[in-house]
Amino acid sequence: MFAYLLRRLGYAIPILLGVNLLTFLLFFVVNSPDDMARMQLGAKYAGPEAVERWKVERGYDKPMFVNAAQSGGAQFTDTLFVTKSLSMFTFEFGRADDGRDIAQEIRARMGPSLAIALPGFLLSLVVTITLALLLVFFRATALDFWGVVLCVVMMSISSMFYIIGGQWLVAKVWRLVPVSGYAGGIDAMRFLVLPVLISVVGGLGAGTRWYRTIFLEEISRDYVRTARAKGLSELAVLFRHVLKNALIPILTGVVVVIPALFMGSLLIESFFAVPGLGSYTIEAIRAQDFAVVRAMVFIGSMLYIVGLVLTDISYTLVDPRVRLG
Amino acid sequence: MNIQPVLLWTDVLIFVLIACAFALTLHARQRPPLREAWRRVGQQPAAMAAATLLLCFAVVGILDSFHYRAQLPQAPGQEAGKAAVYSTEVLSALDTLLEPLRRDTEKTYSEPFARTLFQRETIELAEGGQARVYPPLEHGARHLGAEDSVAADVVARLAVALIPALLFTVGVGMVLALGVARGRRCTLPEAACFILRGQTALAWRAVLVVTGGVAVLVAWAVELAPLYHVLGTDKVGQDILYLSLKSIRTGLVIGTLTTLVMMPFAVAFGIAAGYLGGWVDDVIQYLYTVLNSIPSVLLIAAAVLMMQVVIDIHPQWFETAAQRADARLLALCVILGITSWTGLCRLLRGETLKLRELEYVQAARAFGVSTVTILRRHILPNVMHIVLITVVMDFSGLVLAEAVLSYVGIGVDPGTISFGTMINMARAELAREPMVWWSLAAAFVFMVTMVLAANLLADAVRDAFDPRRA
Repeated sequence: MFAYLLRRLGYAIPILLGVNLLTFLLFFVVNSPDDMARMQLGAKYAGPEAVERWKVERGYDKPMFVNAAQSGGAQFTDTLFVTKSLSMFTFEFGRADDGRDIAQEIRARMGPSLAIALPGFLLSLVVTITLALLLVFFRATALDFWGVVLCVVMMSISSMFYIIGGQWLVAKVWRLVPVSGYAGGIDAMRFLVLPVLISVVGGLGAGTRWYRTIFLEEISRDYVRTARAKGLSELAVLFRHVLKNALIPILTGVVVVIPALFMGSLLIESFFAVPGLGSYTIEAIRAQDFAVVRAMVFIGSMLYIVGLVLTDISYTLVDPRVRLG
Repeated sequence: MNIQPVLLWTDVLIFVLIACAFALTLHARQRPPLREAWRRVGQQPAAMAAATLLLCFAVVGILDSFHYRAQLPQAPGQEAGKAAVYSTEVLSALDTLLEPLRRDTEKTYSEPFARTLFQRETIELAEGGQARVYPPLEHGARHLGAEDSVAADVVARLAVALIPALLFTVGVGMVLALGVARGRRCTLPEAACFILRGQTALAWRAVLVVTGGVAVLVAWAVELAPLYHVLGTDKVGQDILYLSLKSIRTGLVIGTLTTLVMMPFAVAFGIAAGYLGGWVDDVIQYLYTVLNSIPSVLLIAAAVLMMQVVIDIHPQWFETAAQRADARLLALCVILGITSWTGLCRLLRGETLKLRELEYVQAARAFGVSTVTILRRHILPNVMHIVLITVVMDFSGLVLAEAVLSYVGIGVDPGTISFGTMINMARAELAREPMVWWSLAAAFVFMVTMVLAANLLADAVRDAFDPRRA
């Protein structure tokens, strides 16, 4: 198992290198730092000196890959690629355009992101799986049919409408919770209820339908017939046997997103003005703060790879036949 | 009036797409298995209803794809015979049809069927002094006298408009009945009975019901839209109905062109990786793992930000604002395509891995058929169902994604009318009391209809073409 993990992490390095190179190409080769400087400064103020100063201030004044002015190893290390891109492997993200340290900002914003994403994730998992099992319980009845219809309709509604509608109904008409905002400590509860609720409702349609197909595939297996023949109630069959055996396809889809929960949800955080990583990303995109976007791309892909490894490990937990080695 | 046709990039691709669809239809008619699968789709009422609705959307979108620039009237002092000057405003055939809607803008917000603006304004009174009043609209409900009731007028017009709508529906019904009568060799009344009872092989009744519904709505819109702002106006006084209809094209372009752009890569890479194996497989797998491991929103954000810089630095590339917005729309499609081809590629690779071990491929190889021919003749036709299912399944997701991306600021050009920009504009006004609800409601209804229809059709296509579900 340990050897397997080591090997998997070994595979991760070339992929992360690829991500790193790709973002570097996107941000530095498609547009040279000069272009970006002109863009940021505005056409009016972008004289040659201003562009040069902008580049020096941010450390963008080095050559891309090979620095002929240096000698020895520094020829390759004192370049944009190493100082701006490869340095992310050591979690050195540099500074945002407003001068703040990106790594520190990310650490500070992780908490609020998790506070919304984690409860939302767990709750929606429980709710959608239960609903899907209920639909399977009532399969081939009118309830199942209209349940699926409702799922398809709910899938067809943009998540923005759930957020806008939820804010309007719960916060404005019923005045149960504040419309948006965030506070630390126990006070956060008031602010968290609505975003969590909306993220659950928003994912209900797609999730329920997805799990229903998984369970329906499982229910035609032989062991289900055996369990029924033993005289188990249908509910016991579903929740005890079918659910357990359907865990492998469920885990495939679910575990991968767990690490990504740190990144938060772009839309919900932005609409509810939660100071998390999602809203940080949106603000960076709107302000065209490329350093922050680059950092988020790198962290995002790292978390995704961690998720893949976690998925493999989770298989061994639910299915003793799976051995990593 | 003289016009200069303008061919935008997305227009060209839309026409290519239509040609492809046409060729595929001809192809499918000749292949019994394909014909059978499409018949299974046609048997489902929900699918036929959805297809009819999507066709209506497509008609609006295609009308909106014939672009032109109108000739400007000659200046008085200008001598005749000089080269004609064309307006920089690029219009479409749809704009011409909706001319009154496009032209008759108000000052700012007004509610649906309103006679006055939504906000009070201070005006100078004739006898001196000022008053805070709701100013009357410049165009909405101007045909009514002060005493006339809007509701009575609207109801009367709605009733009148029912007649052409019903006539049209009956006409469509007659055509369908004629077709059924010919196919079944029965009399016309019998055929009509079959259709109305839903006893035809293809679900024509669903088509008829949807056609009737759409016909009524269109007739009402034709009757009322020139007189009122049926769905209200937005912040700068543009008619919401006009904006909603214009958004349709953007949604369709994103939903279809993205897959059109990414499909060749996904198919070529997927099949090559699966069939050739070895280092080709390794390289392609590495490529899509790298692309896949970047969260798609961030990859899109990064690419779009860079694309914006490129477009901003080269204003000389684009003659008009519409061409720039169009280039941006197309670039968005390409970027969305690059980030979304990995899923299809992986599916195709897996399927090809399975297929290459089958007897008929082995036999072809033993006969010395070249690799390219095997791929083209034996592998490609047998993975096409996966491509088709992916294309229809992706459509709705892409339409939804456009709205989100436009909100984040990495979607279409702010000047392009789309569901995303509509929602974005409306969202800024949510805090207002009383609420400006109509533009959100319009975007909601149009978008849900489009996406729901696409989802229903996609389900039917998947059920019909996926061998595992047959």
